[in-house]
Amino acid sequence: MTMFKGIAASDGIAIASAFRLTDPNLSFDKKTVDDSDHEMSRLHRAIDISKQELRTIQQRTLKDLGIHESEVFKAHIAILSDPEFLKRIENTILSQRVNAEYALKTVSDGYVKIFNSMTDNDYIKQRSTDINDVTKRVLSHLLGVKLTDPALIDHQVVVIAHDLTPSDTAQFVPNYVKGIVSDMGGRTSHSAIMSRSMEIPAVVGFQGDLADIHNGDEVIVDGLTGNVIVRPTPEEKHRYQAKIRDFQARTSQLAAFKDEATTSSDGKHPILAANIGTLDDLQAAIENGAEGIGLFRTEFIYMDSESLPTEESQFNIYKTVVQKMAGKPVIFRTADIGGDKDLPYLHTPHEANPFLGYRAIRMSLDQPDIFRTQLRALLRASAYGNLSIMFPMIATTIEFQHAKRIFEDERQKLLEKGVAVGDIKLGIMVEVPAAAILADQFTNLVDFISIGTNDLIQYVMAADRGNRRVSYLYQPYNPAILRLIKHVIDACHENQTPAYMCGEMAGDQKAIPILVGMGLNEFSMSATSILKSRALIKELDSREMVTLANKTVSMASTSQEVLKYVHQALDES
Amino acid sequence: MEKRQYNITAETGIHARPATLLVQTASKFNSDITLEYQEKSVNLKSIMGVMSLGVGQSASVTITADGEDEKEALDAISETMKSEGLTD
Repeated sequence: MTMFKGIAASDGIAIASAFRLTDPNLSFDKKTVDDSDHEMSRLHRAIDISKQELRTIQQRTLKDLGIHESEVFKAHIAILSDPEFLKRIENTILSQRVNAEYALKTVSDGYVKIFNSMTDNDYIKQRSTDINDVTKRVLSHLLGVKLTDPALIDHQVVVIAHDLTPSDTAQFVPNYVKGIVSDMGGRTSHSAIMSRSMEIPAVVGFQGDLADIHNGDEVIVDGLTGNVIVRPTPEEKHRYQAKIRDFQARTSQLAAFKDEATTSSDGKHPILAANIGTLDDLQAAIENGAEGIGLFRTEFIYMDSESLPTEESQFNIYKTVVQKMAGKPVIFRTADIGGDKDLPYLHTPHEANPFLGYRAIRMSLDQPDIFRTQLRALLRASAYGNLSIMFPMIATTIEFQHAKRIFEDERQKLLEKGVAVGDIKLGIMVEVPAAAILADQFTNLVDFISIGTNDLIQYVMAADRGNRRVSYLYQPYNPAILRLIKHVIDACHENQTPAYMCGEMAGDQKAIPILVGMGLNEFSMSATSILKSRALIKELDSREMVTLANKTVSMASTSQEVLKYVHQALDES
Repeated sequence: MEKRQYNITAETGIHARPATLLVQTASKFNSDITLEYQEKSVNLKSIMGVMSLGVGQSASVTITADGEDEKEALDAISETMKSEGLTD
């Protein structure tokens, strides 16, 4: 038995066998071959097996995840069925007397080069990813190396990965992937956020060598404490099975709070909303009793797509969300692309400091066509429910005014065409320290402010939240952060502007008492945190929490002191 | 040998979906079928070939079929062009 530590990223405990999701070694040498017939038959065999595999994966994804996720595999099969592609590989084998691996790679690279050079056509450029992927698959069969396909998982596993991409998780079959362990990222990395929305227990920032976990090893993932236990003893396994039962009992207890209002013991009503990114998350939000959607991450629509999503496809998603929320407020954040969320089809140049670079509203204002398409889709959807829009990464009031002008312009154009448009509130995310400091000036312009703590904390502490070596600086309870948050909330209330929060901190059981004391109006969090937060807030007296909040911002100098005050206040109440 | 010319009126040109359908249609016939655009010519049964041409809006393309079922092939292709909204 070996125990490792990591960061607890998604609640729950899983026990299953390890499934390593790693990049295989596909290197090979160029060889001169006399027996071309043999190379031809190797090539055809590898292609046939690849096609069979792809058909299985395609059918599985179609059945389990839907037509959209399965399309990519259909494209892969089409490439392997292309007579021209095959003929070129065969000709290369014959005329240059080379091995099948080399011929395949040369022809495939040739196509990738042509497609990449078609600068005016993003869809076709994206096809080069497909060619690369499918080439890897055929190569793996030529070399006899096993590719790891998340979609081929057919039994209960804990996925072990360096990092997970959205396309990896899109292929997960939820009933089989029981847990996730990754050595990248913190609680706010994409792997972590996605595992929470899929309600899969996860530990990220694994502090060991992933190579110590072998395929098939029994692994316990404790997403509550961040512990990962490899090859547990029977006693240890027993202990964890009991913990799983406790966790399940607690979850079903909390279910009683689903339809109750969130009311503190002295009658205050903060709104508990959910952060979501997809329509699947929406279901989880409703099941967990969300009183609204405080953050819809629209960039997931862009990341799930192989080219820019059309106005129509966006409109359909936005409309479904507001309709399903049936009059409850939904705040859509316009695309927060860039930073750690790069889109291959946009071909944004690589930056040394992506988190300080070209992302979110900066990109939207610079490429207004993409922005306008999204705004039109949102405007049209607003006729079907309670819809608000917020802009991410706003640093200056001028950026907000600029974005608002574009919004007004699109609104006017739709109205002139006779298109129905609802009453939309416009707000900003406060995550850049400059906007937080200047919050009072923003309150004159916006309908609401939503504090995005994930980025705000990393910018205030000057520490990359995905970098394990500095992750100790990611301190939501640091008094510097609390003072800044209080400053923003106070500025909002002085000008009758509602103050919301949509970072991870809003669902943090130790931060909630302080934030209730500061008078935060809406807490938006992972759906799975809503019920326990509601149970917590019902126990709190907001007047006592005001005292707690004041104490933390005036008397504490470290996170530890803040936590001490929180524990004291909770014990007393 | 049969030859026909088409003016592509679709805003997105020969995009992924119509390209796939054109290739599927062409693949049903025995004739050799080529698509010519801006002096480049590709096999219409090759999806990668068709996409590598990057045919955009208001392009003029020529499709040639050569073989026993050349006429039927071009009729079917014209039909697909129309039903996919590539031509008027």
